[in-house]
Amino acid sequence: MSVDSATVRKIASLARIAVTDDQVEAMVPELNNILGWIEQLGEVDTASVAPMTAVIANTLRLRDDFVTDGGVREAVLANAPANQHGFFGVPKVIE
Amino acid sequence: MTNYSITGATGEWEVVVGLEVHAQVTSNAKLFSGAATAFGAEPNSQVSLVDAAMPGMLPVPNAECVRQAVRTGLAIDAQINRWSRFDRKNYFYADLPQGYQISQLYHPIVGEGAVEIDADEKAGIPVPKTIGVERIHIEQDAGKLMHDQHPTMSYVDLNRCGVALMEIVSRPDMRSPAEAGAYLAKLRQIVRYVGSCDGNMDQGSMRADVNVSVRKPGAELGTRTETKNVNSVRFVMAVVESEARRQVDLIEDGGTVVQETRLYDPDKNVTRPMRSKEDAHDYRYFPDPDLLPLVLEEAFIEECRASLPELPDAKRARYTGELGLSAYAAAVLTADVETARWFETVLDAGAEPKAASNWVTSDLFGALNRLGKDISESPVSPVQAAALLKLVSDGTLSGSLAKQVFEIMLETGDDPAKIVEDKGLKQTSDTGAIEAVIADVLAKNPGQLEA
Amino acid sequence: MSNLTEPGIAAIRDGVRDGEFTAREVAEAFNTAVAAAKPLNAFIVETPEHALAAADQADKDRAAGTLKPLSGVPIGMKDLFCTKGVQTTAASHILEGFVPEYESTVSQKLWDAGAGMLGKLNMDQFAMGSSNETSAFGNVISPWRANGSNRALVPGGSSGGSSSAVAARLCPGATGTDTGGSIRQPAAFAGIAGIKPTYGRCSRWGIVAFASSLDQAGPMARSVQDCAILLEVMAGFDPKDSTSLDLPVPNWEAGLNSDLRGKRIGIPKEYRMDGMDPEIETLWQQGIAWAKEAGAEIVEVSLPHTKYALPAYYIIAPAEASSNLARYDGVRYGLRDLPEGAGLQDMYAATRAAGFGDEVKRRILIGTYVLSAGFYDAYFTQASKVRTLIAQDFDRAWGTCDLLLAPTTPTAAFSPGEQSDNPIAMYLNDIFSVPASMAGLPAMSVPGGLNKDGLPLGLQIIGQAFDEQSVLNAGLAIEQRAQFAARPDKWW
Ligand SMILES: [Mg+2]
Ligand SMILES: [Zn+2]
Repeated sequence: MSVDSATVRKIASLARIAVTDDQVEAMVPELNNILGWIEQLGEVDTASVAPMTAVIANTLRLRDDFVTDGGVREAVLANAPANQHGFFGVPKVIE
Repeated sequence: MTNYSITGATGEWEVVVGLEVHAQVTSNAKLFSGAATAFGAEPNSQVSLVDAAMPGMLPVPNAECVRQAVRTGLAIDAQINRWSRFDRKNYFYADLPQGYQISQLYHPIVGEGAVEIDADEKAGIPVPKTIGVERIHIEQDAGKLMHDQHPTMSYVDLNRCGVALMEIVSRPDMRSPAEAGAYLAKLRQIVRYVGSCDGNMDQGSMRADVNVSVRKPGAELGTRTETKNVNSVRFVMAVVESEARRQVDLIEDGGTVVQETRLYDPDKNVTRPMRSKEDAHDYRYFPDPDLLPLVLEEAFIEECRASLPELPDAKRARYTGELGLSAYAAAVLTADVETARWFETVLDAGAEPKAASNWVTSDLFGALNRLGKDISESPVSPVQAAALLKLVSDGTLSGSLAKQVFEIMLETGDDPAKIVEDKGLKQTSDTGAIEAVIADVLAKNPGQLEA
Repeated sequence: MSNLTEPGIAAIRDGVRDGEFTAREVAEAFNTAVAAAKPLNAFIVETPEHALAAADQADKDRAAGTLKPLSGVPIGMKDLFCTKGVQTTAASHILEGFVPEYESTVSQKLWDAGAGMLGKLNMDQFAMGSSNETSAFGNVISPWRANGSNRALVPGGSSGGSSSAVAARLCPGATGTDTGGSIRQPAAFAGIAGIKPTYGRCSRWGIVAFASSLDQAGPMARSVQDCAILLEVMAGFDPKDSTSLDLPVPNWEAGLNSDLRGKRIGIPKEYRMDGMDPEIETLWQQGIAWAKEAGAEIVEVSLPHTKYALPAYYIIAPAEASSNLARYDGVRYGLRDLPEGAGLQDMYAATRAAGFGDEVKRRILIGTYVLSAGFYDAYFTQASKVRTLIAQDFDRAWGTCDLLLAPTTPTAAFSPGEQSDNPIAMYLNDIFSVPASMAGLPAMSVPGGLNKDGLPLGLQIIGQAFDEQSVLNAGLAIEQRAQFAARPDKWW
C-alpha cells in the first residue's frame, strides 16, 4: 500500500497537523519509504496467532470507589493558555 | 405487530429505530480517576490531573463502575464477557482533553441481551415486544462546553469529563415512536431498580442517541441518521416522528438520506446536522495500552447476580399473582422502584395488600399530586400509612374518617393513632363533631394543602 | 579527593557516609561541571539549587544519623519525567514553558531516597530518535571524539542528554527511558552502563508518554553497581499505573555476583546479520569469551522473528504515539497557536504544526495512517500478532538458556547529520534493542571496549521477565573483564 498526496493530506487532517503543499510533497516519498519497509511484516504467517494484549502476563487491577482526587482547580488551570474565570477558553465552537 | 407507518406521496413507509442509551453509572468517583461525580459543582472543581489529561497521567479503573455494568447486564439477561478490554476512540474536540475517549469497541463487558416492552394498546403496541440489546460497554463521559459566556470564546468545564457511562446499544428492533419511548422508559425503570444509574434524564444522567431510518415495508434497511443526546422519553418519540417524516419527504422529493449525526431542537421540534461532528468518521479505535485486559472471576459475577433486587417484570407478576392485585395496580406500583419500595414497606408493616394498593394508588398518589411531591418526599411514612390502614381494618375508623385523618397526617406529620387519640376520633355516627375537629386543624395550617 | 566529579554513585554514597567529603562539596563540584559544559548541550534546564538543597539535607541527615539510600548523590533527570515546579518539555516546543504541578513517581522516589537534581536532561523530542538530533532545544553532543578527529559525534538517543552527561562526568548517574532502545543505545554510544528493567517495574506515572506498551524508565551510570543502586530506588509498585507490577523490589545491589557458573547464556543466531560491522562481531566474540571465563555455559539459540521486530515496532510505537500525543492541543497547557480568525480545529492544527518537530510529525502521521479505517488489520493487528511471535521466540529460548548476549548496536556513534535524512537508517540503530522491548524483557548495555577509532561499543544482556538480577550479574561479569577505563578527553 502506498500513499499519495491526497492521503497524506487526509492523514494530516485527522492528526490535526497543518501542512503546506511543499510539506505534503516531501512527505509522500518519505512515508512511502517507511510504509514499504514495514510491509515486510505481511510475509509473516499469523493466521493462528493472537494479537498481544499484555506484554507481561497480567490482568487489570481495579480501584475502590472512593473520592481521592479533584478539588485542584488551581493546579488544573495553572498552565492554561487561556484561563477564563475557572474555565479553559477556546475559540468559539458551533455545535 | 405495530401498525405505525408514515404516509407519503408514494405510499406507506416503515420506520426503523435503534437506540444507543448513555446511562451515567452511579458511583462516587469517576471511571479512571478519583475525582467526584456529583452534579452541579463549581466549574473544573471535580477534575483531577488525569481528567485534564496532563502529560504522563494514567487511568486506573473504578471497580464499582465495572460491578454496576455487570449487574445491569445481568438484569437484561445478557451475556457477561469474562474477558473484555478498553479501546481508545480517537478524535479532537474541546470537551475531550486526552484526544481520545476510553471506551470498549472490540470486546465490550456485556454482550447480547434483551428488554421486554409492555403492550400498550392506546399507544399502538398491541402485544408485548422484545427489543434486542446488542451490547453494553463502559466508557468515559466528555466535558461540557459553554458558548454564551464570551463573544468569541467557548468555555470548557471538565467536571463531567471521565464520569463513567454505560452505553446500552439496542438492535434496530423498534418500529414506532411509541416503541422507542416504551423501550427507553423500560430501560430507565430497570437501571433505577438495579441502582446502576439514577435515571435523571433532566440532569443528563441518561440520554439517547436515536438512530432512525425509513423503508418501504419489506425493503432493505435505509440509510440511518443518528440524533445525539436526546434527553427525555417524550423527545425521543418526537425525534423518531420528525426525523422519519423528514427522511420520507426528502426521499420522495428525489433526495437521499445522508448518514450523519444530528441534533434535536425541542423548541422547533426539528433535527439539524451537527456541525462539530462533520469529519469525525475515522476514530482509529485501538486497544488502550495504558490498561490491561479486564478479566472477571466467576465468583464476582455470582456476587453481582446475588445482589440484584427483584426486577420490575418479576415484581409485577408477583403483585398480580401472589398479592392478587389488578394488572393496572401492579403496573402502577412497580413503574418506579421508589414506589414499589414504599408500597412494600407498607406491607412489611402489616397492611393488607389490596387495601394498601388501593390506598397508595388513589389516596396517596392523589395527595402527592396535589402537593407536587415525589413519593420520596411524602410527608407520611409507609409505617404511618400501614398504621392508618390498620385503624380502618380493625374498625376504628370508617373509610371517610380515614381520609380525614390522612389529611391531618399530611398537615402535621403525626401518627394516625395520636391524631385519633388527641382528637378523640373513633368510629362514631357523630360526623358533625369530627368535621368540626378537622376544620379546626386545617384552619391552623393554612395554605399548605394547596401548595 | 581532589575532583569530586570522579566518584560514581556508590563511591559518593559511601564517601558522604564515611565523612570523606560532604554532600555539599559533591553537589558544588557537579554544579560547576554542568555550568561549564554548555557545548555538550546536555541540559535543557539546570537546577543547581535543587542539588544543593538535597546535599544540605544529606549533610544534616548524616549528622543526625538518618542517611537515606541516595543521600548526597546528585543526578540528572531526563526531561521526559514531570518535575513539580521545574519546566518539563520532552524536548518539544509544544511543551515549552510547561511547569508541572506534580512529580513523577520515579523522580519522587529518587528525591525521597535523598538524591538531588542537577537539571533536566536534553533528549530526542518525545523520546523519538536515536541520535539526539530531534530536540527542539538543539542537538546534544557526545563528549567522545574519534581518534585524531574534531568531528562532533551523537550521544545516541533518545536518552542522549543522559548518556552525554554521565560520560562527561556532569552527573554520576541519570534517569533514562527506553521504548525501543533509548537507554541501551545511548549507553553503548557513550561508554556507560544502562538497564531497562522488565516492563512494569518502574511506574510510568508522570513520565510523558511515547508508546505506553513499551515505555520503561531505567538508570544510566558508569558502572553496573551504580545502575543496581539507582534501579532499586526507581522501581516499585505504583497503584497509579495500571500496568505497574505488584512485586517486591529485590535488593539488586546486595545480590550482585559476577560468578556465572550454572548460568546458560544464549547467543541468538539471528542477531548475526549480513554486512555486520566486523568490529561488532569481534566484540561479540570477546563478550562470549568473557562470559565463558565467568563460568557460563554458552548455547546457540534461535529467535526466528528477530528481523520483524523493528518493522512491527514502527507500527505499534507510532500508533500508540499518535494517540498519546493527541493531548497536546493548545487548550490546557503548552503552546497555543491561534491564527487570526481561526476556529477550534484550525487552532489544533496550527498549534501542532508549530509545536511538534519533523520526526514527531512523521511518527504521528505513520501512526494515524496504520490505525485508520481500512488499514488497521493489515498494519496494527498484524504487528500485534508478530509481537506475540517475538515474545514466543524468547519464551522458547528460555527453555535452553537463562540470558541472551548480543551487541547493543550495529555500529559505534556517528556524526550529527550523517543519518538524519534517512529515517530507516536511523531506525536501524535499534535493531538489536527493539526485540527485548517488544517482549517487555529486562535488558542492559555495558561497555565492552573501543573500536579502532577509539569509540565505545556496548554489549547487551537480555534476561527473563522479572530477572533483573541475572542481567546485572552478567553485566558485572563482563564489566570486570572488559576493564573499560577509557574516557573522553575534555574538549568542551
Ligand atoms: Mg452514539
Ligand atoms: Zn458512547
